[in-house]
Amino acid sequence: MEKSRSLRVQSSIPLWRDERFLRILGQAVFLAILAAILGYLTRNMLTNMRQQGLGLGFDFMRLTAGFDIGEHLIPYDRSSSFLRAYQVGLLNTALVGGLGIAFATILGVIFGVAQISSNFLVQQLARAYIEFLRNIPLLVLLIFLYTAVFIKLPRVKEAVMLPGSVLLTNRGVAIPWGIPTETFSLYVRILILGVFLAIAVGGLLAWYGRRTGRAPLTLLWSVLTLVGIAVVGWVALPDSPLTLDPPAVQGLRLAGGRQLSPEFMALLLGLSIYTSAFIADVVRAGIQSVSQGQVEAAKSLGLTTIQTLRMVIFPQALRVIVPPLTSQYLNLVKNSSLAVLIGYPELFHVSGTILNQSGRAVEMIALVMATYLAISLLTSALMNWYNRRVRLVER
Amino acid sequence: MTKELAARAQALPPPTERYTLLGWVHKNLFSTWYNALLTVLAFGLSYALLKPIIAWLIGQSQWEVLKVNFRLLMVGQYPMAQMWRVWVCLHLLAAIVGLTWGIWVHGRRLLAAVLLLVPLSLALLPTISSPTRLFLLGLDVFALIAFGLGRLRSLALRRLAIWSWVVYFFLVILIITGLNPAEGWFPIVPTTLWGGLLLTSLLTVVGIAFSFPLGVLLALGRRSRLPAIRWVSVGYIEVIRGVPLVTILFMASTMLPLFLPSGMRPQLVVRAMVGITLFSAAYLAEGVRGGLQAIPHGQYEAAGALGLSGFHTMALIILPQALRIVIPVLMGQFIALFKDTTLVATIGLLELLAISRSVLAQPQFVGFQREVYLFITLIFWVFCYFMSYISQRLEIALGVGER
Repeated sequence: MEKSRSLRVQSSIPLWRDERFLRILGQAVFLAILAAILGYLTRNMLTNMRQQGLGLGFDFMRLTAGFDIGEHLIPYDRSSSFLRAYQVGLLNTALVGGLGIAFATILGVIFGVAQISSNFLVQQLARAYIEFLRNIPLLVLLIFLYTAVFIKLPRVKEAVMLPGSVLLTNRGVAIPWGIPTETFSLYVRILILGVFLAIAVGGLLAWYGRRTGRAPLTLLWSVLTLVGIAVVGWVALPDSPLTLDPPAVQGLRLAGGRQLSPEFMALLLGLSIYTSAFIADVVRAGIQSVSQGQVEAAKSLGLTTIQTLRMVIFPQALRVIVPPLTSQYLNLVKNSSLAVLIGYPELFHVSGTILNQSGRAVEMIALVMATYLAISLLTSALMNWYNRRVRLVER
Repeated sequence: MTKELAARAQALPPPTERYTLLGWVHKNLFSTWYNALLTVLAFGLSYALLKPIIAWLIGQSQWEVLKVNFRLLMVGQYPMAQMWRVWVCLHLLAAIVGLTWGIWVHGRRLLAAVLLLVPLSLALLPTISSPTRLFLLGLDVFALIAFGLGRLRSLALRRLAIWSWVVYFFLVILIITGLNPAEGWFPIVPTTLWGGLLLTSLLTVVGIAFSFPLGVLLALGRRSRLPAIRWVSVGYIEVIRGVPLVTILFMASTMLPLFLPSGMRPQLVVRAMVGITLFSAAYLAEGVRGGLQAIPHGQYEAAGALGLSGFHTMALIILPQALRIVIPVLMGQFIALFKDTTLVATIGLLELLAISRSVLAQPQFVGFQREVYLFITLIFWVFCYFMSYISQRLEIALGVGER
């Protein structure tokens, strides 16, 4: 600032020594070089593509896919379009990502807390778990789980039954699943009502808390409201909305329940436990970041242990935990693309197949990258919003 | 005085806990009822998990597959006649590590003994051929000579040690690749023959050597006052960090030829190295940026007051401090890079994981997934754990976080 003002006074400085001019010139040269490189690469690409008789554009997405996908959440067969196949892949990624994040968070919190437990055995076990998982590549873990664990489970005929009628076989894992009856749609409506009521209760309690300065158990009461309505609805309906369908072995195949493929199980388990090790360290660091003085101050104010945890340690630890936790979640979603080597049809795998079928490398790679980028940016935007909210607790 | 005494009185546990095993067990495992419950649960769970694993290790596992394919797993199809080059690289590494140890590390005798015992005990195995035995013993000899030198002339050799690390990374690439395109002395080994742990290490070495300077440049670019440079850096970093490495590797393997003039088609290994380097640079840049942000503004002002130019301020004042702060972060990134090299298996390079897959594709070794994957897991684990151990020691030795 100081300098530029003095420069303005001494108008005799020649242009090539004027710092303001040099800066603009430097940036212009930088951008020009960058544009030249990018232009050169693009021109090469267009020339090469013309030689191979390829065009650019996403019209091919409407063509018939002509390949099967083992697992799909939405109706799909080989006569569906490429676009449909892409959507199937996207949904599979979302499924694995969502479930993986949930399991990884649960495991991560458990092991993170266990790591600072006063119990020697628990602490050492948690440390061993974390040190082992943090220092091996995820891909090795995934391939190990797939080829050395899930594929090597007993054959369907000798299926192992776990408690809770979970069947383990080399064709996949089957879990009991509910089949909706005719009252199911009504029950869903009751649940939606419950969600609204829970939000209302939460809002009311939060308002009450702000007015009186007390700290009501907002989250607990909202969850209790929802659970209460869900239970009452289930009991009050004449027929129960879901009938339980346990899996069973029928001859050489599995029947009933929900069957989870070995690919899916290996990917989900691998991603969950691998990410949980990183989350555990994030959680530990967050809890340890709250200074001992805070706990002592809370005790001297007469707060109980649970109150101290809920009102003093947790809000402060969360502020440290959330940013690295976000990047771990994003890592998990991005790492789900490694399923390409074990054959689970998620976004990257399906896109690779589309690419091979249609030969449109540039479009497909651009589409996949844009999709992952969008997921990343969206998640970090959401987490930033949450982070700001958590930050507001600070006064 | 009384305060001190009180503190000491608190620090000492009661004699029962200090001296008896039972006291220790009671305090650390069964202090309360829920702790006792946790102990029992944890013990039961680990017993249930470990029992079949140990039973398998003792009873059913067969390690023949590793013995037969050991060379393949280590160096891929690297020609037997040129194996001495790999050994030269290892000997150089041993010498540099020994030198560094002699100059900076004091104490840590146990770790040093373990490191020296590994080649020695390998050399004593009966199945190993005599040249290999000599090479293995050479590792210890070189390390010890360099250690002695470092201990004797620690001040004079400091600069040499740092430079030898930098040069080593590039030297390794040169030695493994070779110079002479014709047959005969020091021929070029085609990259298609590289494989196994050798390829994994080379990808890591190249990745570190090239992504580090690029990462520093990107970090500086992100903090630049010139908006054009800043926005280009931010865009690059965020885009790369937003996509998975496999997509970048895939792009490097299938699309790079499209972007280049029609005659040019770099080798697959080179393309993978470019992909890994570009990817890793974005993450390193974020790490370095953290260090740059931690430098107080007074440092810039002081450098300006001394009359240093912008370039000199960065090179002599800011970067040395910033990089020192982020050494743990950078080491973490290097470990991640080492682990990420397994992803080149997706584009058909035979690094450690991919070559294990091809070993398992041999008809006589079809059912040996557990043995082979456990072995490479162990290799990765040992390397990564060692790297993170070094990073922790460095952190303490350099006084990171203390001022």
